[in-house]
Amino acid sequence: MSSNGNRSIPGTGLIKGLGVTLSTMFKTIFRPGKYLATVNYPKVKETPVPRARGVIALDQEACTVCMLCARSCPDWCIYIEGHKEELAPDKPGGRVKVRSKLDRFDIDYALCMYCGICVEVCPFDALFWSPQYEYSEAKMGDMLHDMDRLQDWLQTVPEPPALEN
Amino acid sequence: MPQWVVDLFSNFWVSLGGKLLLVALLIPLVGMVIGFAEMKLSAKMQARVGPYFAGGRWGWAQLIADGVKFFQKEDIVPTDADRPVFKAAPILVLVGTVALFVVIPFGPDLIFRDLDVGIFYALAISSLSTIGILMAGWSSANKYSLIGGLRAAGQLIAYELPLVLAVVGAVIMAGTMSMQGLVQAQIDAGFPYIVVQFVGFGIFLVASLAELSRIPFDMPIAESELVMGYLTEYSGFRFLFFFLAEFANMFTLSAIAATLFLGGYWLPGVPEDVLAYAGPVILIAKVFLLVFTMIWFRWTFPRFREDQLQRLAWVWLVPLALLNIVVTAILKVIL
Repeated sequence: MSSNGNRSIPGTGLIKGLGVTLSTMFKTIFRPGKYLATVNYPKVKETPVPRARGVIALDQEACTVCMLCARSCPDWCIYIEGHKEELAPDKPGGRVKVRSKLDRFDIDYALCMYCGICVEVCPFDALFWSPQYEYSEAKMGDMLHDMDRLQDWLQTVPEPPALEN
Repeated sequence: MPQWVVDLFSNFWVSLGGKLLLVALLIPLVGMVIGFAEMKLSAKMQARVGPYFAGGRWGWAQLIADGVKFFQKEDIVPTDADRPVFKAAPILVLVGTVALFVVIPFGPDLIFRDLDVGIFYALAISSLSTIGILMAGWSSANKYSLIGGLRAAGQLIAYELPLVLAVVGAVIMAGTMSMQGLVQAQIDAGFPYIVVQFVGFGIFLVASLAELSRIPFDMPIAESELVMGYLTEYSGFRFLFFFLAEFANMFTLSAIAATLFLGGYWLPGVPEDVLAYAGPVILIAKVFLLVFTMIWFRWTFPRFREDQLQRLAWVWLVPLALLNIVVTAILKVIL
């Protein structure tokens, strides 16, 4: 009532409050398209903002199995396995090339707390935030999504913002 | 009506059974309608959609689904609870609500029993639920329940007084305590008593909100501090009983307010012979107007602090109600 310093008749705030709820009610009833703040979710879907943190996507080609993400994960929800692959040397008699090959990259979304540290820490830009959000499962165990699923989400990742000059 | 129906219902036990069945069906129905109205209206007031799945359209079956859900749930009684008291409490609360239906006049002849002390009986029986709530709080063996129960007792005692005093003004004007008599007096006077008893009506509305422990007077169940107050340990159909009692009580208290101050089943301009049929509709329309106000208040106002709550009752409402009585009595003698 007198929070802003000027004295007014006691109770005007209560009346104003009633006015707000009543007008919101009529607005929502008669013009739901304009005033409704929520949607009937499974029937109507909202488009998330482009850089929404929905799920973490993986670029398998870019991953070098360095394990930095798995080690930095606060709740250890990333499972990585890999092996060394030997490639033929460039010249005959040269040194054998060694490359890390990714075998498994699972994220347990039942544990993930969407902190994004793995995305931040990845030195090879293999992890991205995707605005995709519909990946709930009936069973807790099924929330462990494998690297193929993570690869699929890569397509939903928006273009990065343009570089500043 | 055919003769055999009249004969059948002139039997005391048949007519009693019929009335009991009617009330037993009316209370869940009224509770569900008001509960659903609350869900939908609160959603609209907050620019939300509200329930929309159950039943296909508008989610009309949401509360039926909720009721079925409550019946399936386990009826948990805490180990340390005082079992008989714990189990009896919700029933006592609901009995207080059911008993209120006895004196509500739905039409010139549509009343279960037109007691001479109608309004006095209604106010007395409505305080029965206080005992039920206190029993629930005490027997749960839970600190939150206990604090909630005692708060409820303190609050309901504090607001019982303005509730009774607010009614006295209307009773003085009508010169009778019978509910039918009160409506008849308003018909004879030609205006609903709210025109002159607006102070009494306001106090009655505030005090009945407090009696229902609804926001802004929901200190006894204050979720943010007391978990769920005296309801904390209740589950399953016993919780449903409390839930139902709250919504049915909204209906009965609004019906009493409508009868005392808004002319009950009577609407100015409606001829007497139509009233017999239109009466219930008129009364229920008035009741839903008051129920809407209660819902509206709930989704607008924040909760009172305990001391503010007591201050409002003892410092403002009781003196105001007494003043109202004095002025009404003086004017009754003079005019």
